[in-house]
Amino acid sequence: MLSIKNLHAGVEEKEILKGLNLEVKPGEVHAIMGPNGAGKSSLASVLSGRPNYEVTEGSVTLDGKDLLEMSAEDRAREGVFLAFQYPIEIPGVSNINFLKTALNEIRQYRGLEPLTAKEFLALSKEKQKLVEFDAKLVNRSLNEGFSGGEKKRNEIFQLAMLDPKIAILDETDSGLDIDALRIVSRGVNKLRNEQNAFIIITHYQRLLDYIVPDFVHVLSDGKIVKTGDKNLALTLEEKGYDWIKEEVAS
Amino acid sequence: MENNSTDFLEEIAGKEYEHGFITDIPMDILPPGLTEDTIRFISQKKNEPEWLLEWRLKAFRSFLKMDLPGWQNFTMPDIDFQAISYYAAPSSKAKYDSLDQVDPELLETFKKLGIPLSEQKTLAGVAVDAVFDSVSVATTYREELHKLGIIFCSFGEAVKEHPELVKQYLGSVVPHSDNIFAALNAAVFSDGSFVYIPQGVRCPMELSTYFRINAQNTGQFERTLIVADKGAYVSYLEGCTAPMRDENQLHAAVVEIVVLDNAEVKYSTVQNWYPGDSEGKGGIYNFVTKRGICKGANAVLSWTQVETGSAITWKYPSVILQGDNSYGEFYSVAVTKGKQIADTGTKIYHIGANTRSRIISKGISAGNGQNSYRGLVQIGAKANNARNFTQCDSMLIGDRCGAHTFPYIESKNKSATLEHEATTSKIGEDQIFYLNARGIDTEKAVELIVNGFAKEVLNQLPMEFAVEAQKLLAISLEGSVG
Repeated sequence: MLSIKNLHAGVEEKEILKGLNLEVKPGEVHAIMGPNGAGKSSLASVLSGRPNYEVTEGSVTLDGKDLLEMSAEDRAREGVFLAFQYPIEIPGVSNINFLKTALNEIRQYRGLEPLTAKEFLALSKEKQKLVEFDAKLVNRSLNEGFSGGEKKRNEIFQLAMLDPKIAILDETDSGLDIDALRIVSRGVNKLRNEQNAFIIITHYQRLLDYIVPDFVHVLSDGKIVKTGDKNLALTLEEKGYDWIKEEVAS
Repeated sequence: MENNSTDFLEEIAGKEYEHGFITDIPMDILPPGLTEDTIRFISQKKNEPEWLLEWRLKAFRSFLKMDLPGWQNFTMPDIDFQAISYYAAPSSKAKYDSLDQVDPELLETFKKLGIPLSEQKTLAGVAVDAVFDSVSVATTYREELHKLGIIFCSFGEAVKEHPELVKQYLGSVVPHSDNIFAALNAAVFSDGSFVYIPQGVRCPMELSTYFRINAQNTGQFERTLIVADKGAYVSYLEGCTAPMRDENQLHAAVVEIVVLDNAEVKYSTVQNWYPGDSEGKGGIYNFVTKRGICKGANAVLSWTQVETGSAITWKYPSVILQGDNSYGEFYSVAVTKGKQIADTGTKIYHIGANTRSRIISKGISAGNGQNSYRGLVQIGAKANNARNFTQCDSMLIGDRCGAHTFPYIESKNKSATLEHEATTSKIGEDQIFYLNARGIDTEKAVELIVNGFAKEVLNQLPMEFAVEAQKLLAISLEGSVG
């Protein structure tokens, strides 16, 4: 499904990703871990099409389509979803109106009729329940005055509503207390299926207790230097990253 | 200078010939220039009574004594009052024979706004079919209003048919000597609208100049007078979302509103006059005096404006809260982009006891646009327990535009409660990207963000108008980001 080959990218001449390779198949969950500054969030940014990031080499395709040629909105319409590390506040724009616009833009791109108000409301109710999202937050301004946890949970609600092919969770666990972490994880687990895939970027093994990954990759200095199963995360938790750096160096 | 009017007409006729005016409309347009004779000519052309001519002349004499103001937050453009033609007879002649001849850019905008073809033609000045919907609609409306005793007609008609009402209220809120542009308007006003809602009558529909026959060609020096008698209610709409072009650069309109005991007037404006080219050349100077008085107890006056057009928008729709317990509101969205300038806001005078007011101003600046909020809240000595809440928010798009705020508060009564809140925000790349990442393109993202910002004001507009205004904001800011 998602194929990243020899990806080199950076910001303002500074290369951050230095030949990254990753293959993600439908139904898989990939965790990406790594020390600070390894390029984890840059990977999320490059995949979702954030401006200012320049790709100098390599390719990224989703079901054979070249993502790098596409605008950020077209990537989203093709089925890429980024759950933001720091979700943005937009005053005066209601959460629900925003989601309706987003969903119908995506549907239009795919040649589907827009949902009627009734259909949309029904879908929204269903997904709210699925990811345990507070109904009161649905009609508030988008993320405005939300707590850190509420913002992250809103990202998961949006994920549920937009139903992407590939979801990238950029440190969704940061700033969450244990209860919120459980709720977010439950939501993600319910959304996992054989058609979609997840890339979970995290610093901590904790999240992976709840969302069990098929693969754990260690990103260091812009490259994936080690790949393993969920046990790799446990080893990292125990021993830190230095031993991998040494292993790579030798 | 004494002038025999017959001589004068001959003189004018001669001048027109001399200036090489098109001969088949010899008497339709007065050559440029402004003297007492100009005013006499206008008054005569309109068959006005003596008292109105005298009033115009008094205004003109005030005008002559006044200088252009110097306190505004922009450089005053050169205005040559002698270079303006002050009279053009309402013309039934269409500018174009078909829509094919109209500027395609204008038509594109009409399309985006979803304006029906028949309306597009009227707006662009294209000849319309003999049977035109809005004319028959207007006639039906007039009959319905007439049954309720509501008067809604052109100013000229009102002078002829209801002179006592016009005489009683004309200049009672905006005196002919109020300011230089109001004085000019009083001296030379072409036509406008007159509304009277009788005691206890609730006007069953939104009144709009759009539905008034003969509403065209009164744009430059328009005069509106609205009187809501005791317990009456009316909602009045001015302007439209369609882009309006005009050969006349200076627009100096006057709006006066009188609200008596327990009456309520809602006045909504959508202004989208030609803003000029990318350098701001040729755009309209929209210098308007709008003021209303809540004369009686419990009177309510509410101004709502959406200002997206004109090279310079300069106006302060104001409320005098004279009656006890009266209430005034001002809701405004002003958009400036390119080289546009807006210096707008309101003045609220609390005179009666327990008077309350609310001011919500939203300024949006893009490109090199400059947007100033200027407001005065004045609490008189007798205005016990007066309350005002003011909120002015500015939004910046890009880094070449400006937002400025000049709030003035003058209180002579210690029991007054005054609140003022202000914010400035910038549409950030991160906001746009967040929406992009959800499948929303940049243009739509700006539309969402801006409409969210202006929502509180747009919600004040009558339903249909609000939807159009939302689209208008989006179109106005097209291409401003990214």
